[in-house]
Amino acid sequence: MQTLEPLLASHPFLKNLNPEHVKLLVGCATNKVFNPGEFLSQEGEDADLFYFIRDGKVVVEIYSPEHGPITIQTLDGGEILGWSWLVPPYRWRFDARALETTRAIVMDGKCIRQKCENDHSLGYEMMKRFAEIIADRVEATRLQLLDLYGK
Amino acid sequence: MVQNGPERVHSDKDPMLTYPYYVQRLRHETHDTFTIELRPARAVEMTPFSPGQFNMLYVFGLGEIPISISGDPGNQERLIHTTRAVGAVTKAMMKLKRGNMIGVRGPFGTKWPVKEAMGRDILIVAGGIGLPPLRPALYHILSHRKDYGKVSLLYGTRTPEDILYIKELEKWRARLDLEVFITVDRAKGDWRGNVGVVTTLIPKAPFDPDNALAMVVGPEVMMRFSALELQKRGLTADRIYISMERNMKCGVGLCGHCQLGGVFVCKDGPVFRFDQMKDVFTKREL
Repeated sequence: MQTLEPLLASHPFLKNLNPEHVKLLVGCATNKVFNPGEFLSQEGEDADLFYFIRDGKVVVEIYSPEHGPITIQTLDGGEILGWSWLVPPYRWRFDARALETTRAIVMDGKCIRQKCENDHSLGYEMMKRFAEIIADRVEATRLQLLDLYGK
Repeated sequence: MVQNGPERVHSDKDPMLTYPYYVQRLRHETHDTFTIELRPARAVEMTPFSPGQFNMLYVFGLGEIPISISGDPGNQERLIHTTRAVGAVTKAMMKLKRGNMIGVRGPFGTKWPVKEAMGRDILIVAGGIGLPPLRPALYHILSHRKDYGKVSLLYGTRTPEDILYIKELEKWRARLDLEVFITVDRAKGDWRGNVGVVTTLIPKAPFDPDNALAMVVGPEVMMRFSALELQKRGLTADRIYISMERNMKCGVGLCGHCQLGGVFVCKDGPVFRFDQMKDVFTKREL
């Protein structure tokens, strides 16, 4: 039977991850296609999931009653969506919507948290990789805040 | 003076002599940027410009300012400059009409390493008004396309409304031999492109880090972080080129207005190799 193992192992986020750890993650993974306009997350809802985006485009946005949805970031194939599953109270902070047909591996956050508790070497690997993503995004956000191209 | 930096271009003309040019066309690119096209008023031989160089443009009675050349080096019969209206001179320049006269000195400065880049993958990274100084290099590369490997243009602006050269970008995007990535810092719901700073495009661009060369222009912070990201992808600092902007006045390294550490930006630059300037970037006193 074909599993999601090769798809997971080929995602840049999991590059060079111990194959035993990939096997552990497969048990928490499902494959899904999102149609344009379909939400992957909605602000305030339980964040029990995160996504390895395989291809397509996802927009992360925040809704403002005055301005409607404001785009904060876009994510493409090879990127990852969601770290609210890692941090209590495990609720999505932003909306995420498929801008075009998007294929993603959906990861069950509760399942991963449990596996990370049981296997701290997997937990440390996941934390290191998420820390790098979070650091990159904080840096990008700081540059955005600088409004570099303003007068 | 910088040793082994980008090539300087020599001219026999008196660099302090201003030549009269007519405005042939003036096109508004965005609400605060415009492109001005100039032709010589007299039958003088124009000094050919190279990608990366700049001219000193003189609005009579107001002042003279340095502006990068943004036209095609394959067409030396006209001068094209794109700039943002921010000061008295550029604001007056934006109001010029066809047939008005303007003074031109130049071209000045070092050029983009289009020869050294032959055989390599090319990354052109532009932020905001940094695209115009890079456009001549892109024109050159596209007109000699077989001489280069993969070519990517990475362009970041503030909002979708601030994107320059929209029609040309559409044409470039349609090419099969050029990857165009555009991102904006912020957008409303109707924008279907990327949102995020230009550095986030670098991991998406296809290039072989062992055989690539990058040309980067934008605000200094953007160039600094772009260089860091490029180095993270494996590009060495000696294959990253940047273009600096300082208060250029004379254009030939005499007046000292544009001195930056041990270099004069007008004469030793504006195009520099990043490894030769990276220390300058982090010195607050300069």
